[in-house]
Amino acid sequence: MPDTPMLEIADLHAFYGESHILHGVGLEVRQGEVVTLLGRNGAGKTTTMRAVMGIVSKRTGSIRFRGTELVGMAQHRVARLGIGYVPEERGIFSSLSVDENLTLPPVVKPGGMTVAQIHELFPNLVGRGSTQGTRLSGGEQQMLAVARILRTGADLILLDEPTEGLAPVIIEQIGRAIHALKRRGFTILMVEQNFRFAATIADRHYVMEEGHVVDMIPNDQLAANSEKLHTYLGV
Amino acid sequence: MVTLFGIPTQALFGQLLLGLINGSFYALLSLGLAVIFGMLNVINFAHGALYMVGAFAAWLLMQHFGIGYWPALLLAPLLVGLFGVVLEKTMLSRLYKLDHLYGLLLTFGVALILEGAFRHWYGASGQPYPIPDALRGGQNLGFMFLPNYRGWVIVASLITCLGTWYAIERTRLGAYLRAATENPTLVQAFGINVPVMVTLTYGFGVALAGLAGVLAAPIYQVNPLMGSNLIVVVFAVVVIGGMGSILGAIVTGLGLGLLEGLAKVVYPEASNIVVFVVMAIVLLIKPAGLFGRER
Ligand SMILES: Nc1ncnc2c1ncn2[C@@H]1O[C@H](COP(=O)(O)OP(=O)(O)OP(=O)(O)O)[C@@H](O)[C@H]1O
Ligand SMILES: [Mg+2]
Repeated sequence: MPDTPMLEIADLHAFYGESHILHGVGLEVRQGEVVTLLGRNGAGKTTTMRAVMGIVSKRTGSIRFRGTELVGMAQHRVARLGIGYVPEERGIFSSLSVDENLTLPPVVKPGGMTVAQIHELFPNLVGRGSTQGTRLSGGEQQMLAVARILRTGADLILLDEPTEGLAPVIIEQIGRAIHALKRRGFTILMVEQNFRFAATIADRHYVMEEGHVVDMIPNDQLAANSEKLHTYLGV
Repeated sequence: MVTLFGIPTQALFGQLLLGLINGSFYALLSLGLAVIFGMLNVINFAHGALYMVGAFAAWLLMQHFGIGYWPALLLAPLLVGLFGVVLEKTMLSRLYKLDHLYGLLLTFGVALILEGAFRHWYGASGQPYPIPDALRGGQNLGFMFLPNYRGWVIVASLITCLGTWYAIERTRLGAYLRAATENPTLVQAFGINVPVMVTLTYGFGVALAGLAGVLAAPIYQVNPLMGSNLIVVVFAVVVIGGMGSILGAIVTGLGLGLLEGLAKVVYPEASNIVVFVVMAIVLLIKPAGLFGRER
């Protein structure tokens, strides 16, 4: 069914305790697409991802993955459907070695990448297997956070700010890896503050403001919309 | 008479052996506490009572079903573990969102109830539990006499401790456990059912206490208050070793048992307080414990 989106979010509201953070978010991601969420700090991009994963459990509305409703589903079952999550804070475990971090997420579907293929994609991780996870540099930790999801067979990947706080050379390397993943057929929803970086990879961009999606811009119309985008992002 | 530093070697090794046996129990019990604390962030005050329940389970299995020591060594910890699973599922798990003090209070209450109930049913005097036939007698080591059963307790406890350490530090399941200790939310987002893991961890931790209870039954008799006498020292051991450190719990347990034994020969008056003196010193110098990490 090429016509049903892989991920379809409609009228999503999400709450942290009493504070109402998302106010009816709607967006969709199709098979094989790379889609970004742009928006200022605090717009609700991370919250959207956490709501998809069930980490923010107080939510209403609809989140469908390949037609399956995720709202109301037990949290540990979401990943098992084939969704891989790379959190903003990277979440590398300090009590685990690099190899243990890499093999931690359980394989949920056949067709995941092998460790050899992952090492080819991220040569920095080769030979570091027994190092404590958090001894890696920030860039290497980011690579590890992406790498560990690729083994699991997940085909939708949620990437929260993969370039945040990294040096330009590392950003370039991560960019190449994301391109390679796109060629392999992964579907990616990515939060990105750096829209110059986003423009090199994404097919479409959603813009969020104060818990709403306020605009959708196809990548080929980015230049034409640059003025509007500057206002949205305040850059 | 052969002496070492002016102490008769017979007495010295005898006390060190006693110390090592006490240390084996300290290690097993503080290991369970450390495993539970690491995962649940709960200080399990019911630990001593569940050690007592393990010993009573073995005794009751023998009294009522004629089930002997060896099957009880497996069954009693299983029963205690099951009790732990039910306790965690029905009560403890409701308290995680509240202050950690609530978990502590709940387990403290459970300890009081268990000890009170067993005291009500079986009285405060000890019930003897026979040493299994295969482990009667002893070995003359030349410098001392080693009762077989005591040797077995040391070996069994060491194997259990090292096995647990290996499972946690070197296996995949252990990696899940360590990861979930650090960041349960993310581990859950990777598709692992963390609440079930927490329940099983608690069950396993208290099963270790149950196992220690069975091992202790032939040595100390079976008595409703056997746990509360021991657990005070075990908590001191945990403080000295550092909360949540697996290896720390094992090494500190054995080490402090030995130290107590040594104190009994060198300066008997101090043997009951030496652990607490060490605790005070450790708290002054390294508050997180010898093996603990500052949080
Ligand atoms: N744990 C929390 N409890 C309460 N409020 C929170 C929590 N996490 C985030 N918020 C609030 O929710 C809003 C959206 O935050 P979110 O992290 O989704 O923003 P974001 O778009 O990812 O921003 P950034 O670009 O800074 O990462 C913010 O106002 C934030 O203060
Ligand atoms: Mg964010």
